[in-house]
Amino acid sequence: MTGLHQPLRETASQTAGPYVHIGLAPKAAGFDIFENNFGSVLATAETPGERIVIEGRVLDGSGTPVRDVLLELWQANAQGRYAHPADRQAHKAVDPTFRGWGRACSDFETGTWRFETIKPGSVAGRDGVPMAPHVNLWIVARGINIGLNTRMYFDDEAQANAADPVLNLIEWEVRRQTLIGRREQRSDVTVYRFDIRLQGDGETVFFDI
Amino acid sequence: MSDHPVPPARPDDEYLMRDPASHPPAFAPGYKTSVLRSPRNALISLPQTLSEVTAPAFSADELGPLDHDLIRNYAKAGLAVGERVIVHGHVRDQLGRPVRNALVEVWQANASGRYRHKKDQYLGALDPNFGGCGRMLTDDDGHYVFRTIKPGPYPWRNRINDWRPSHIHFAVSGSGWAQRLVTQMYFEGDPLIATCPIIRTIADEAQIRGLIALYDVPAFVPLDSRAYRFDIVLRGQRATWFENALQGEAA
Repeated sequence: MTGLHQPLRETASQTAGPYVHIGLAPKAAGFDIFENNFGSVLATAETPGERIVIEGRVLDGSGTPVRDVLLELWQANAQGRYAHPADRQAHKAVDPTFRGWGRACSDFETGTWRFETIKPGSVAGRDGVPMAPHVNLWIVARGINIGLNTRMYFDDEAQANAADPVLNLIEWEVRRQTLIGRREQRSDVTVYRFDIRLQGDGETVFFDI
Repeated sequence: MSDHPVPPARPDDEYLMRDPASHPPAFAPGYKTSVLRSPRNALISLPQTLSEVTAPAFSADELGPLDHDLIRNYAKAGLAVGERVIVHGHVRDQLGRPVRNALVEVWQANASGRYRHKKDQYLGALDPNFGGCGRMLTDDDGHYVFRTIKPGPYPWRNRINDWRPSHIHFAVSGSGWAQRLVTQMYFEGDPLIATCPIIRTIADEAQIRGLIALYDVPAFVPLDSRAYRFDIVLRGQRATWFENALQGEAA
């Protein structure tokens, strides 16, 4: 026994399992139970900001799409402000039409997931150094023992990305590319494509936050 | 700097760093599915920013009045079949403080060990009156409570004769993104706990014990339901006496 004062230990994580949809997205599991469901559409018609879709797949170490994955997305509003009291940035307002959070399930056939949202603004990082616009992603599934955290940045923000203090923490420049969503135009819809590789070639950077 | 005369966050918004020894590793070959779904590179440790210390807030009006009563929230022509149980506990942070207004979402198999999910093909029968999911917010003491049916054990494809002990899945959303936690609760006395490959992804026996709900006789409802107690600890926030603000300015 040492004399160190120890805080309580965090409860151990366990996999969300193959049936995570029942709890977090019951309609995807095939039934309707709650009146209000949390979903993948973050913006309403009134939300200010550029409408975008973020779409991708999660691939396992064999390159096979993970078809039972659930992702949650957390982001700032178009001005770069989070809807949370810890965000004390001046000159930026909380947007009452935008919580900035959603969850999406991969399609059971194709493995594709998608969020409909707005492009976030830049948020102040530590010491006030601005962070490039980004969204935060949390990934759970069968076979994932503890939720994986990553970020998606935007490829049309090359200058801001080059100065981003978090991207620059990643020693291997080649790995920074795994966090960049690729902008595509599909008729009148702007889509950022973002595939997440759990393992192997081009393995996505995951963060210990 | 002049763009942000008010510090974007205070140091006391930061969470204690996560102890990997409290959790299963990503790669745990006894649980076969983890083999191809586990990153091989080390996680990049990130000094927390506003992106990690903030998180969505939820309000009671987003939830329905029966969302935390799994015996009734999918009842069609009668009540769900099985052992009636109340599950409750406190959500606290690592410093023992209650986590208020945390969203607690739960899901589980029915009494036969069958999930209401289009991908579950187990022989155990579906119960027409049981959905298997619920959700609630913690109160000002960090307390949550829900009522349900004790789930049954079921076989799963790992080794040929692996069975999951009775369990309830939990997803907890606290006040910061860094606190997000998914886990599973087990029932005291279940002999399958000792051999479950998913539980055995956790090396630390004390951490496993923390996932086993205790029989809570004082919380029984006489002639109605038994009760189990399951307390949850989320990451705590740092103490920051004599420290500058995150931005390097006086707060």
